[in-house]
Amino acid sequence: MKANDVILQTVTKVVSFIILSFAAYLFFAGHHDPGGGFIGGLVTASALVLLFLAFDIRTISNGIPINYRLLVGIGLAVSTVTAVGSIVLGFPFLSHTFEYVDFPLFGEIELATSVLFELGVVLTVVGGTLTIILSISEDV
Amino acid sequence: MNVTTIEVIVSVLVLFGVILALISAFGLVRLPDVYTRSHAATKSATLGVLVTLTGAFMFFGLEEGFFSIRLVLGIVFVFLTAPVAGHLVCRAAYRSGVPLDKRTVQDDLEPILGTQEERQAENKERHRRPHS
Repeated sequence: MKANDVILQTVTKVVSFIILSFAAYLFFAGHHDPGGGFIGGLVTASALVLLFLAFDIRTISNGIPINYRLLVGIGLAVSTVTAVGSIVLGFPFLSHTFEYVDFPLFGEIELATSVLFELGVVLTVVGGTLTIILSISEDV
Repeated sequence: MNVTTIEVIVSVLVLFGVILALISAFGLVRLPDVYTRSHAATKSATLGVLVTLTGAFMFFGLEEGFFSIRLVLGIVFVFLTAPVAGHLVCRAAYRSGVPLDKRTVQDDLEPILGTQEERQAENKERHRRPHS
């Protein structure tokens, strides 16, 4: 029986962009609204899982050539570096700060160093979730 | 716009959405086979969710003065994905040989995908050797 996945694949192409933009929104909203690194990472992972469901693993792995095991290490390294960086500057471990910066188009924006820590959380969550799901789905 | 007019519009929208969801639930209980049930669950439940979300969007937009882009995204997202989910459930049911209701008069897919017994046997075979 020949499979015909046109409807699922077409809708996935549109919907994955909505999910990814919502994940970015959740990630940046985390400082003042519900959201943050963990849920942003999970939503990003769900968009990637939807792509893996609609297309096959080989196609997506060719299109998005990311080693998800490596991504866990990179995320942990980013978080650790932001935590150790406060020691280097003479503050206690895991100290964070923020500053208001004027941007030409967006106006005044609060830039916080905890966003960098959350970036590490995002990378770790995406890497961990996709490592689990891809290693379960492998047929060995 | 008067506040009471907004409240009336929002409550009519939310009530309409809830009634549609209730009708959809009745359809799930009352209809005979998986295809007609999916017809009830997909269409009216989707419209019910869309109308309720539009009501919530109008409430936050007109009454509280907060334009919620998340609700717009939610409306677009449900409108895009719910019919596809119904389509996939129905297709999986037909391909694994779920029987149609006895009152069915015509089945145009049967000459292409095989009779119900053939599809069921093929599905059973597929589950016996999952690594093929």
